[in-house]
Amino acid sequence: MVSDALPIVRFDRTERTLHWVHAGAFLAMLATGLVLYLPMLAQVFSDRPLVKALHLVAAAAWLTALALIALLGNRRTLRRTRRDLDYFTADDLRWLRRQHDAPQGRFNAGQKAHASVQAALAVLFVVSGALLWLGERNTAFRLPGTIALHDVAMFVAVVLIAGHVAMALSQRPALEGMMYGTVPADWAAEHHAAWTPAPPPPRGVPGLGRIALAIVVAAAGLAGAVLLAADALG
Amino acid sequence: MTDDGPEPEGRPLGRRAFLVMVGAGLTSLAWGGSALDVASKSTLVLPEPIRRAIPVGEGWRIYAVNPPYPRFDPATWRLRIDGLVARPQTLTYDDLLALPQAAQTSDFHCVTGWSVDDVRWGGVRFRDLLAAAEPLPSARALKFVSAERPYVDTLTIRQALTPDAMLAHSMDDRPLTRAHGAPARVVMPRMYGYKGVKWLERIVVTDRVADGFWEQRGYDRDAWVGGSNGL
Repeated sequence: MVSDALPIVRFDRTERTLHWVHAGAFLAMLATGLVLYLPMLAQVFSDRPLVKALHLVAAAAWLTALALIALLGNRRTLRRTRRDLDYFTADDLRWLRRQHDAPQGRFNAGQKAHASVQAALAVLFVVSGALLWLGERNTAFRLPGTIALHDVAMFVAVVLIAGHVAMALSQRPALEGMMYGTVPADWAAEHHAAWTPAPPPPRGVPGLGRIALAIVVAAAGLAGAVLLAADALG
Repeated sequence: MTDDGPEPEGRPLGRRAFLVMVGAGLTSLAWGGSALDVASKSTLVLPEPIRRAIPVGEGWRIYAVNPPYPRFDPATWRLRIDGLVARPQTLTYDDLLALPQAAQTSDFHCVTGWSVDDVRWGGVRFRDLLAAAEPLPSARALKFVSAERPYVDTLTIRQALTPDAMLAHSMDDRPLTRAHGAPARVVMPRMYGYKGVKWLERIVVTDRVADGFWEQRGYDRDAWVGGSNGL
């Protein structure tokens, strides 16, 4: 029997990289996006083309990083994570009805729901952002709701992230789990009683083909970022 | 995926929530604009101080093409009116305020999809602005030159003389702010905002309509709200 305080692995390197890539990209795009959105900030940072270039470069870097994680990260972990987030047990549904004694797995039901919503927001941000960009070039891409969708997605995401950060700060072991990968066993037993910690699946070695693809993706992402920046800076 | 362990218990509700949200979100590309309009109109019932406190910039988004924004100095600012006129004019800020004044409340529409309703503008009608310059019979259009290079745009004289077009120097009962084009900007409510040249410093009266900054980049010259730019 292991000591209760012994750390157990909750997130491997691939999961943590995915998480922090999302977090960093969201904050970068939120900061630059707010400058583009709020007149009072726009006046302080009046170099609109530069801020717009940074916003677009952050978007390109984010999507490139996601593709690289999918190509070079631990794909077994990614599949396991998706499955863990996707499936809701009867206890999860009880938990969502505020019966917080329902035993939870590696993710609690709130975290699962949050992940689904954030994934959907990511898709909507990309689609509406791409349409905003295309609409500046060709009127055929100008749809009546594009701005509304991008804005409302931002408001929803900000509220969710604020709650997410508040909960992370109130549950330090959870935060440290996402920072360093491990959580104390006794904390896991209390908060994630239905979780049977298993060592992360071993990472398959990416084949030559996948490494070549990753190099192409990285080069395309870099080229895209440079072109977007050059275009935005006029 | 035999290496991924046993089939998980429970139901795959996460992906369903994801797909429903993406689907619903994408339909909003069609109806989101009107919904946002309704939402922004509904804030009109709120008292003015509360509306001002809502951090959405009262709906405005400030676009500039060559920052930083031009700075307005009342001592040195001049508005030149020249081209096809009998008497070229150079107006100071005080000269502008001394002309017959007009006021109106009109909606502002941006071609990118946002609008600000019920903006209160104060300024000078183009008929009064041009009177002293006496445009020649060959005059057909006005070219508005911004202090923000290289922003220009044009209106035909007919368009400029529509009853709700003006050169505005106040907005919502205050002098135009720097972000909104201080000290004077063109207001043409029936057309999209890119026709409303900000930081105006020169009006050239011409015999033909030329393409403005955005028109050189593919936007329509006659930017009628709801009847141009594919909208």
